[in-house]
Amino acid sequence: MIIASLAFYLFSFIAVISALNVIFQRNPVHSVLWLILTFFNAAGLFVLLGAEFLAMLLIVVYVGAVAVLFLFVVMMLDINVTMIREGFMKYLPVGAFIGVVLLVELALVYGGWAMSPQAEALRLAPTPDITQIDNTKALGQIMYTQYVYVFQAAGLVLLVAMIGSIVLTLRRRPGVRKQNISVQVSRRKEETVEVVKVPTGKGIA
Amino acid sequence: MAEFIANYVIPLAWILGKILLFVVPLLVVVAYVTYAERRIIGAMQMRIGPNVVGPFGLLQPFADAVKLLTKETVLPTGSSPVVFLLAPMVTFSLAMIAWAVIPVSEGWLISDINVGMLYLFAVSSLGVYGIVMAGWASNSRYAFLGAMRSAAQMVSYEVSIGFIMICVLLTAGSLNLSEIVNAQKGMWFFIPHLPMFVIFFISVLAETNRHPFDLPEAESELVAGFMTEYSSMAFALFFLGEYANMIMMSGIVSILFLGGWLPPFEALSFIPGIVWFALKISFCLFLMIWVRATFPRYRYDQLMRLGWKVFLPMSLIWLVLTAGYLVYTGKVPV
Repeated sequence: MIIASLAFYLFSFIAVISALNVIFQRNPVHSVLWLILTFFNAAGLFVLLGAEFLAMLLIVVYVGAVAVLFLFVVMMLDINVTMIREGFMKYLPVGAFIGVVLLVELALVYGGWAMSPQAEALRLAPTPDITQIDNTKALGQIMYTQYVYVFQAAGLVLLVAMIGSIVLTLRRRPGVRKQNISVQVSRRKEETVEVVKVPTGKGIA
Repeated sequence: MAEFIANYVIPLAWILGKILLFVVPLLVVVAYVTYAERRIIGAMQMRIGPNVVGPFGLLQPFADAVKLLTKETVLPTGSSPVVFLLAPMVTFSLAMIAWAVIPVSEGWLISDINVGMLYLFAVSSLGVYGIVMAGWASNSRYAFLGAMRSAAQMVSYEVSIGFIMICVLLTAGSLNLSEIVNAQKGMWFFIPHLPMFVIFFISVLAETNRHPFDLPEAESELVAGFMTEYSSMAFALFFLGEYANMIMMSGIVSILFLGGWLPPFEALSFIPGIVWFALKISFCLFLMIWVRATFPRYRYDQLMRLGWKVFLPMSLIWLVLTAGYLVYTGKVPV
């Protein structure tokens, strides 16, 4: 078990360091790159917990898709770093105040947290036996039986969000030339090419 | 102490030995894929190709490596040096770590994990980072444009690759690569999934930035795309990474559709599995090189149209068909 605990401290140490770097880097692109390192170490922690499916999902979804979009956007925006830093001292008290409020709220919630004695049993009830099947199958069996309506509803929410963003950004712009494949393919030789006999010395109009 | 050695030192040495057994042949093969590509394209275009260094030009890859090593590494002004040098390393090491789960024969693999296919998908979806980092860190217009193109291209084709992988895993009933290969005893998956095999192969070409989808490095418009500012060893790492990626993707195609290490007929099973696997990878690599020699480069909007409007709907429909067929005939593997 030495290796497992060493790995845990390695992953969590790097995760914390890189999370701090996300905030303290001056360059936003470097921040995103540190964020990706944080995701990786979180995935490593999932693997240590025996949740290999979640670890892979974290990498595929967050690192492979979400962080790529972040990087894309941050690179395209020409952010002036000094401009962002300008008002730093001015806004610091407000930020610190909000931080303190959140901290107090969290402390209150955590302090007043009481776990029902049945909660643990209730939570474990639908879990299939992990020693019998691997956790991909276990997750699938829970998600598509017990929680199928919630799962579908989550999908619908995402679909609505996607349609909404498309509707908001789609506008017909005049003068945009688009390729119409079916028109190109259905064009006949007779419509486009005409063979003309040209009389010598006269030409054609 | 003896317990410590038996429990930790020996397994660690064993794993390191296995990694060496994979990586060293892989690097040699990568070198010879570059040679094979030049010879095959030479033959297809009625040229000779490299034939001077060594017998039949067989030492050409090493001559190229020595040439690249002795060149100067140039850091462009205004670049971000750490990210600039990190980018080729990321590309190269991503192409290497995918081999951790690929079984080259029955039981011949470094790590037999339950989610092998997801791992491969995750690694191949990370490939975009090397290119984007290189393009951004170079502080050059050409490199940046190349990186933007490649980011959009690789993200789009990954979607259909993901759906096709789901079709295969529905038929095999497992995410474990060895079990996927074993599920193909009797019939390799390229027969029932023939349209998906074709689409997967074309998506692989786009994912590895090969012709006819090599837009991130289109010479005629972008000089060399994201590689414009790279020289010497950094360039060599990109180059090796690209070819190692080709071999890795050919390996994935062989495992998912061509039966991995399985022989085509049971009578031929006296030949070891690794030979069949190598033959299948070589076949896919030959197809890739053949495509490069015969097809012109796609225009960028056509590439995007193909990915989103043709491949994505087709793989979605095929996924529904596969699931429907398996449920209707009661053949769902549990």
